[in-house]
Amino acid sequence: MTGPDIPYSVIIQEADFDIAHLQRGLLASAAQEGAVATFTGYVRADKGAGNIQCMELEHYPGMTEKSIEATIAQAAERWPILAAGVVHRVGRLYPGEQIVWVGVSSKHRAAAFSACEYIMDYLKAEAPLWKKELGEQGEHWVDAKETDAERASQWSGEKG
Amino acid sequence: MLHIVFFARVKEQLGCAKFELEWDSGLSTVADLQEHLCERHNGQWREVLSEENIIRAVNHTVVSDDALLCDNDEVAFYPPVTGG
Repeated sequence: MTGPDIPYSVIIQEADFDIAHLQRGLLASAAQEGAVATFTGYVRADKGAGNIQCMELEHYPGMTEKSIEATIAQAAERWPILAAGVVHRVGRLYPGEQIVWVGVSSKHRAAAFSACEYIMDYLKAEAPLWKKELGEQGEHWVDAKETDAERASQWSGEKG
Repeated sequence: MLHIVFFARVKEQLGCAKFELEWDSGLSTVADLQEHLCERHNGQWREVLSEENIIRAVNHTVVSDDALLCDNDEVAFYPPVTGG
């Protein structure tokens, strides 16, 4: 795995994040032109049976960052993107809280949209992160969804 | 020395987050190491580590069972990922 050859940042943290601050940082790291596409993920309030009180996210320090960096490098090879950033929170999170942010800048919107979606799809399918839901009926680890693996694998069949 | 780490459900089911094993060149692949761990511990270990969807990584790179091991490698066993 080689690192991306564009300005990038990958941060795993417990603290919440400010998406406006992240977007400004993304623009400051590369030429300010064209487009920025971002994605923000939030904790859902209900999933299946029983309401969720909160969730706990675990990661593999070192490998999680490396996995996301590899995904950014792949995106940078595939689309002409100028810079990319990912923030993923770990620890205890409550419904409505921000979990993940992906931002990509590019000269044109098409590459920014595609690369942002690609990075998010591969993050979900490959980055070592695990969710445990805690609710009224106890706690359980979230099962991986087949659809997430399928979304990521779709990118290998088409040319961006 | 091999550094072995477990995460999430695997870590909880084994009741073990990490441990170190004296380097033994007899354990040449990840599959050898896994068999060694299963023999050395109770039946629960074999059940958990043999699950079809368990992911194995050496030095932060996902590998297959036949990946070769070296002294000082970090070997991880973890369940399918659910981030994002």
